Amino acid sequence: MSALSVTLAENNIDWHLPSRGRVGMYCLIAAEAAIFTIFVVAYVFYIGKSTSGPQPKDVLKAPIFYTICLLASSLTIHLAVRKMAAGNLAAFARWWLLTIVLGGTFLLGTAREWVNLIYRDGLTISTNLFGTTYYSLVGLHAFHVTVGLLALTVVAVFYFAGRLGQKHAERLEVLSMYWHFVDAVWVVVFTVVYVIGV
Amino acid sequence: MSPTNIFAPASTPADSIFGLSMFVIFTVTAIFIVVGALLTYAIVKFRNKNGDDRTEPAQIYGSSQVEMAWTVIPVLIVVALSLATARVIASVQDAPRPPGALEVTVIGHQYWWEYRYPKLNIVTANELHIPVSDPARPTPTFLTLLSADTDHSFWVPRLGGKTDLIPNHPNSMWIDPPEPGLYLGQCAQYCGVQHAKMLIRVYAQKREDFDRWVHQQQQLPHASADAAISAGQRVFESTACVNCHTVSGTSANGRFGPDLTHLMSRETIASGAAANTPEMLRLWIKNPDAIKPGSKMPAMGLSDRDLDRVTAYLETLR
Amino acid sequence: MSTNTISISDFPAYRPVTLRLHDWVTTVDHKRLGILYILYSLFFLVIGGIEATIMRIQLIRPHNDFVSPEVFNRMFTMHGTTMIFFVAMPLVFGFANYLVPLMIGARDMAFPRLNAFSFWMTALGGVFLYFSFLGGDGLYGGGGAPDVGWFAYAPLTARTFSVGHSADFWVLSLLSSGIGSIGTAINIITTILCMRCPGMTLGKMPLLAWLNLTMGGLVVLAVSPLTAAQLMLLVDRYLGGHFFDTQAGGSAVIWMHFFWIFGHPEVYVLAIPAFAFASEIIPVFSRKAIFGYRVMVLATIAIGFISMSVWAHHMFTVGMSSGANMFFVLSTMAIAVPTGIKNFNWLATMWGGKIRFATPMLFCVAFLFQFLIGGLTGVTLAVAPFDWNLSNSYYLVAHFHYVIVGAILFATFGAFYYWFPKASGKMYNETLGKLHFWLFLIGFHLTFDFMHIPGLLGMPRRIYTYEPGRGWEIWNVIVTIGVFFQAAGILVFVFNLTWSYFRGQVAGNDPWDAWTLEWSTSSPPPEYNYAVVPAVRSRRPLWDLKHPEDPDWRYE
Repeated sequence: MSALSVTLAENNIDWHLPSRGRVGMYCLIAAEAAIFTIFVVAYVFYIGKSTSGPQPKDVLKAPIFYTICLLASSLTIHLAVRKMAAGNLAAFARWWLLTIVLGGTFLLGTAREWVNLIYRDGLTISTNLFGTTYYSLVGLHAFHVTVGLLALTVVAVFYFAGRLGQKHAERLEVLSMYWHFVDAVWVVVFTVVYVIGV
Repeated sequence: MSPTNIFAPASTPADSIFGLSMFVIFTVTAIFIVVGALLTYAIVKFRNKNGDDRTEPAQIYGSSQVEMAWTVIPVLIVVALSLATARVIASVQDAPRPPGALEVTVIGHQYWWEYRYPKLNIVTANELHIPVSDPARPTPTFLTLLSADTDHSFWVPRLGGKTDLIPNHPNSMWIDPPEPGLYLGQCAQYCGVQHAKMLIRVYAQKREDFDRWVHQQQQLPHASADAAISAGQRVFESTACVNCHTVSGTSANGRFGPDLTHLMSRETIASGAAANTPEMLRLWIKNPDAIKPGSKMPAMGLSDRDLDRVTAYLETLR
Repeated sequence: MSTNTISISDFPAYRPVTLRLHDWVTTVDHKRLGILYILYSLFFLVIGGIEATIMRIQLIRPHNDFVSPEVFNRMFTMHGTTMIFFVAMPLVFGFANYLVPLMIGARDMAFPRLNAFSFWMTALGGVFLYFSFLGGDGLYGGGGAPDVGWFAYAPLTARTFSVGHSADFWVLSLLSSGIGSIGTAINIITTILCMRCPGMTLGKMPLLAWLNLTMGGLVVLAVSPLTAAQLMLLVDRYLGGHFFDTQAGGSAVIWMHFFWIFGHPEVYVLAIPAFAFASEIIPVFSRKAIFGYRVMVLATIAIGFISMSVWAHHMFTVGMSSGANMFFVLSTMAIAVPTGIKNFNWLATMWGGKIRFATPMLFCVAFLFQFLIGGLTGVTLAVAPFDWNLSNSYYLVAHFHYVIVGAILFATFGAFYYWFPKASGKMYNETLGKLHFWLFLIGFHLTFDFMHIPGLLGMPRRIYTYEPGRGWEIWNVIVTIGVFFQAAGILVFVFNLTWSYFRGQVAGNDPWDAWTLEWSTSSPPPEYNYAVVPAVRSRRPLWDLKHPEDPDWRYE
């Protein structure tokens, strides 16, 4: 069955549409932002409402150093992607690995903080409203950091296997958008938990 | 005539809602008639006739004036409806509490209603007695709505709209029927397996009758000289009944189930699920699932003799 | 060639059933995934219908004992959850998947593998939900489907009140299908923004594409809050959390806010694609271009935005302040304006046309009337004090079924009949199509028109039985009778499509003399959709080809 051909004589239209990877990642970021918003709303709503147990100002200490690590990792990943776009693979690898180290340090910092909160201060997710909302919000963020680190590590593995090249620059940039999002969420979480909520 | 007809208001909040409802229904009916007529006209007048020459009709892509018209008119309708709505919301929700108002605390349970009259020292269940309210000198009843477990909703259509009972979230509403009578309703927020039989009975009474009821509710039961009744009381107080039920002036002060001090002053049991007769009462104690399967009252596993005695005892709690 | 030999290539390639099934299970083709979604939803439509029938039989008279209260409560929970998440959503995604790439001249969706993953996650959700009948063991042991209502208000879902695992299956089911929904929405948005054929600017793409773009945006923003709430509920039920634990100072109301922030945009997620179907079908069968394309686009976007701000009209009885109540009255009233505008534009499209009443158009005309009525009962519910009576009553149940069945499902039936020839290459039987229409129309009106009345007479929803003497009896009988007409209509529908698939007349590329790109390729389309990438100059490329003397691009 032959189909009707819908082409036009003047078929040299200048036709440019946005890149799929970028648009898809923006949509994913929007969805994740909506999830985080609900957890932040729950955290803010329950500030001061715990009927018992440790309160934020008693047990929370702002993790300045680890925050700096995470925010710096946004800078390093940005530089890595720039280097890859320019074709400088060795420099890319250095900045990329540094990003992973900084992200991993942040996670270690969260882990240390949690160990202290649980064993020294007796705050668990079931202790009170503060515990529930704190571990859920910070935990959800840490989960997203972990997923991001896994993705970054997969890229590193591809690099060391010699399978990564300049043609992948745009995909790496899309991945870095996710990483920047995770950092931006941390800015909000940090403000809500360690500044406003204390 | 349905006893739960929302269009038969018998109280000021219900009246306000009724007036607004009529205005809204009139408006949407008018819209329906106009637009429906246009739609009907279109499908009749512009249908393709047989023997048509198969040419396409004139292609009209749009018209700014028409779009403007059918944007502006709905906006005006919406504004009118909103203004009318704002007035009623304010008059019902933000109504001031006059000095003669009666205060009742309603606590929702799975699957019964607890009524406390804090200033009168009365605790009762399932049948709400209130005085009528004379419009000249209003004595409305203000209800504070709490919940002991999950969400419920207090809905007596002829007396007012429904308001939910939510744990850790006190609500309030008010009713002021001018006419004495029995007003029916039921729980309107799904609360579990027997949500359907959490019925409401509101007795609006003339002032003298209400005062008499209050006085009776404030009395303590007398200990009975009759041996059978005392035996029944002993059964009641030595089995698990006292874990859930209160009978004022005795050792029974459980709070999980309805207060039974004046059980016989009620026309129904199990929150309206059965008439308050000796047979139904006995059946309820023997096997609650026969009347309200899934209710929180357990089958007490009493012997027939103990059942008779307990029922006889409860029958004295007037 | 004059030899008499035949060779193996003379015969069409034979593919064994196992391999063909494997093709379907591993497909990433948007057309096949679309069909999988649609078949999935039709299966659950029947299941959900059975659940409704059981409820209606129980309610045909007061104090009936057809089923126990436990079973009834599971029925309304499962019916609601199934119909929304495993019938309506898959239908929406199925049609979007099938039609969007075809109508924008693309070869497939932007992310075909994500597409397949999303379908299977949605399908897994249905498995979780129905597995609960076996694995959910509630307190009384016998079959534990969830019984908390489809919106599962806290604290009824807490461990204390929902013993056993039935509520957990509800949560898992929605988490899984939520991931599928968000994945598909990302795909739809990216496809529409990034894969339109040359010449198809945003202002020249079919309205169906605009409406699905809006729907995708709503899913991305609205399903995520539901996912968040489900995670919080799991934390409460399994990790001892207190998000909704009122004993520890938690709030039952915040669950309601989170749920309805999802729940209200969700109904627009379902309705907007139905508007898309009407926007494609009504012009073709009226033989006129859609009236007011730009206004329709703006109205849709407005509906999308406003729908995110109306959610607490589901909570007018919860005890919010008068100020808060008034805000939501205003936002809900506001959304009526663009919605009404769309109705008027469809009317204007028909006005001055030459309307052909084939089955797709019959369903769309019924859609117009029924959406008008459903929308107007919605206006009555927006008036908060009136809602204090109508909320949680059978009037409310009648309203939302009026819009979901009377508007959304009717428009979807229209879409089935309209695009069935394209997808299968065969024409359906027109007489059976009309029979389906009339049976279903009668049944729908018997059930849902009269269902408003018990609500006005004080009958609440979610009750397994009711007291005699409240004037509810006769209406419940009529409502129940309508169910059987609807069931008959569905049977005719399924029979028609199945029989026509095998024995129907060949449909050809363009049986409706329509104007959008999908009618230019064969029926069914080849796997690659278009042999040559199309290029367009107006919103109706086939109109331009068929009317070279009077093309659309002169007027747009």
